[in-house]
Amino acid sequence: MAKILILFAHPALEKSRVHKRLIRPVKQLENVSLHDLYQVYPEMDIDIAYEQKLLLQHDIIIMQHPFYWYSAPAIIKQWQDLVLEHGWAYGSGGTALTDKKIMNAISCGGSKEVYNREGRNRYTITELLVPFEQTAHLCHLQYLPPFVVHGTHKLKDPDIELYAVQYEEMLIGLANDRITAAEWQQVSYMNDLNLIPKILQS
Amino acid sequence: MNPHSFLFQAMIYLAAAVIMVPLAKKTGLGSVLGYLLAGVLIGPFVLGFIGHEGEDLLHFAEFGVVMMLFIIGLELEPELLWKLRKPIIGLGGLQVLISSLLLAGTGWFFGMNWQSAIALGMILSLSSTAIILQTLTEKGLMKSAAGQSAFSVLLFQDIAVIPMLAILPLLATYAPVVSTGEAPVSTWVSVLPGWGHTLVTLGSVVSIIVGGRYIVKPIFRMVAATRLREVFTATALLLIVGIAVLMTQVGLSPALGTFLAGVVLANSEYRHELESDIEPFKGLLLGLFFLAVGASINFTLILQHPAMIIGLVVMLMIIKGLVLFLLGKIFKLAIGQNMIFAFALSQVGEFAFVLFSFASKEGVLPQDTVDTMVAVVAISMVLTPLLIMLNEKIFLPKLGTKETAEEKEPDAIDESNPVIIAGFGHFGSTIGRFLRAHDVHMTILELDSDRVELLRKMGFKVYYGDPSRYDLLHAAGAGKAKLIIIAIDDPGKRLEMIETIKKHFPDLRMLVRSSNRIDAYDQMNAGMLHVYRESLDTALRLGVDAMKFLGYRAYSAHRSARTFFKLDEYNLKKLASIREEEQYINAARELIEELEDTIKADRQNMNFSDDAGWDEEGLIKDATQGNLHPAKKT
Repeated sequence: MAKILILFAHPALEKSRVHKRLIRPVKQLENVSLHDLYQVYPEMDIDIAYEQKLLLQHDIIIMQHPFYWYSAPAIIKQWQDLVLEHGWAYGSGGTALTDKKIMNAISCGGSKEVYNREGRNRYTITELLVPFEQTAHLCHLQYLPPFVVHGTHKLKDPDIELYAVQYEEMLIGLANDRITAAEWQQVSYMNDLNLIPKILQS
Repeated sequence: MNPHSFLFQAMIYLAAAVIMVPLAKKTGLGSVLGYLLAGVLIGPFVLGFIGHEGEDLLHFAEFGVVMMLFIIGLELEPELLWKLRKPIIGLGGLQVLISSLLLAGTGWFFGMNWQSAIALGMILSLSSTAIILQTLTEKGLMKSAAGQSAFSVLLFQDIAVIPMLAILPLLATYAPVVSTGEAPVSTWVSVLPGWGHTLVTLGSVVSIIVGGRYIVKPIFRMVAATRLREVFTATALLLIVGIAVLMTQVGLSPALGTFLAGVVLANSEYRHELESDIEPFKGLLLGLFFLAVGASINFTLILQHPAMIIGLVVMLMIIKGLVLFLLGKIFKLAIGQNMIFAFALSQVGEFAFVLFSFASKEGVLPQDTVDTMVAVVAISMVLTPLLIMLNEKIFLPKLGTKETAEEKEPDAIDESNPVIIAGFGHFGSTIGRFLRAHDVHMTILELDSDRVELLRKMGFKVYYGDPSRYDLLHAAGAGKAKLIIIAIDDPGKRLEMIETIKKHFPDLRMLVRSSNRIDAYDQMNAGMLHVYRESLDTALRLGVDAMKFLGYRAYSAHRSARTFFKLDEYNLKKLASIREEEQYINAARELIEELEDTIKADRQNMNFSDDAGWDEEGLIKDATQGNLHPAKKT
């Protein structure tokens, strides 16, 4: 069993379609905690001690957010700057997070096709997420491939439903240690794993 | 024990007040009516504890009115007085003039000669400062339009007493009553010619203003430095008594003199101390005054001619009330406020007793008329608190329901709003505006009828009345609302509201305004979770700006303030739990101890985490020690 912490950041959740739907089942999931950063810290005054305690209580950290400007909303950056302290998360004596796992779960307006050399965005999602990957590396965390929802502006409701099911299955799979390192090391998106439907699991 | 001994009498008065006043207050009659009833009870016609010395008492206790005007003066800054000049002269002047003429006409119609009729009209045109101000203050109406107008009129009447005293002797038609054993009152000015009189009068007024500014303040400073509280109190009393004596000597109203002194001292640093020193004396003397009025009602006379006396009272109050209502209309008082104004001022005041005895001595009015009229005046005074209450309980709510019925929008029928705001003053209105900007529907409970009318015009759903009453909360939809925001000014009322809501609407979430920490403790001990100290955020915002001006970075100052805020809230909760066991000593001492506890807690807990994530120290150390970790910020 693994405990999952979702660091959720959406500055205007009331306007969101994808994320609102993705987090809906999360509250009922065992071993998954949703931590809504903008709701807890509307003034970005992050409680460092509390955040570090939360991290220690969990094994897998998922930063779930829209992919604003090829990165995350500001509060995620504020969180990184303040919580991942030198001497705690990295640097001499900074080993608090060793061997935990971290990943991004993001939504972006562009399709998968525009995120490559020939496309409008020129880089792949994996390349653009390098700062997150390197931060993880410096903090002795394993960086998992991202969960990505592409083309959000054109998604119809049934498509969002499919993504939501996929996300939920991934969370259950991670929480139950069903996804091995050998499996995730082969894919560029977590979406690409053959996630076993819930009905067949029991 | 000699029933006429001073102590025995004091015991009777105090006992009557202690029993009757809380009783009257509890049943919603108000303290003034309580005193009056207590007076009737111990008076010569019911229990007979006090006989006719009640009238002497009346003259003594009138000093309470003098003190009251001093305190009113203290609360009135000169600028405010200047702003009120129009209602004082316009509204007050017209009221005295028109009422006097109408009442004189009525007297003349009933067969009095014109001189007596004019004297009677003038005397009856005055209203009771003591009853009106006490009642309106108790109901929190002094700051409303009705309260301000009433105050202006009363102030003019106080001034008008002076020329009246001068005119009355000219209207004498009867042989003056020669009182045996009583020397004619001699004043310093009675030997002076007319121009000298005027000079002395003007001189006294100027000396009060100049003296107040340049002599009294240094004296108070000196006395305050001795740190003997009772001497300070004595000095304050001396000031008032001294001015009263001076004013009487030059033939001016003592009330007016002390009022002036109060205004002069309104800007001084001793204002609050003076106020709290004089307040208990004023309260007791006023109470005594009301007691005396109650005791001096001549029931024998009333029982002899009940129809005539009651008829006179009704006629008098209708005439006065109508004149007031009409003037209120001309001076653009809203209907609800105008009703309060007219009802409040429709009685005859305590000055009438003085003027009546003066008039009968000077032979202006026959003694039997004076006796009858004194009874009429006393009854009209007793009726006033009752009328104000009646107006509040019956007429004003009707006014309210009528207006809602007219303005109700079709889709608003039976739709209850999710939010109720109690109190729409400067605090509540900010919340209300903010919520309204987000289209949050709300119901407002408000005690100021002026504001009620305005808000209704703006399309708000407003209920008028005491928000701590169950029926009002129920009518406002407290059973269905999600939240109630308690934003009224009065901390006591807020606690009352909390208790009512806890009892009858346990599911309604309460967000409560609190004035300060002490208030917040009380609310927390009453089980409140959402307590908002009204000055905390603003004070911290100012603190942040102060730090910025001192050269701190804006963001650091802001984060610091947030940390301070959170820790302060935490300390508040901690101290609230300790405090329950504490004994309450006295308010001032409590505040000091409170401050001490707070500052101690600040020292212990306010370890401002210096945001180590933004700190380079560890990184620099690592780097200089040749540690090869690639650091994020290098």
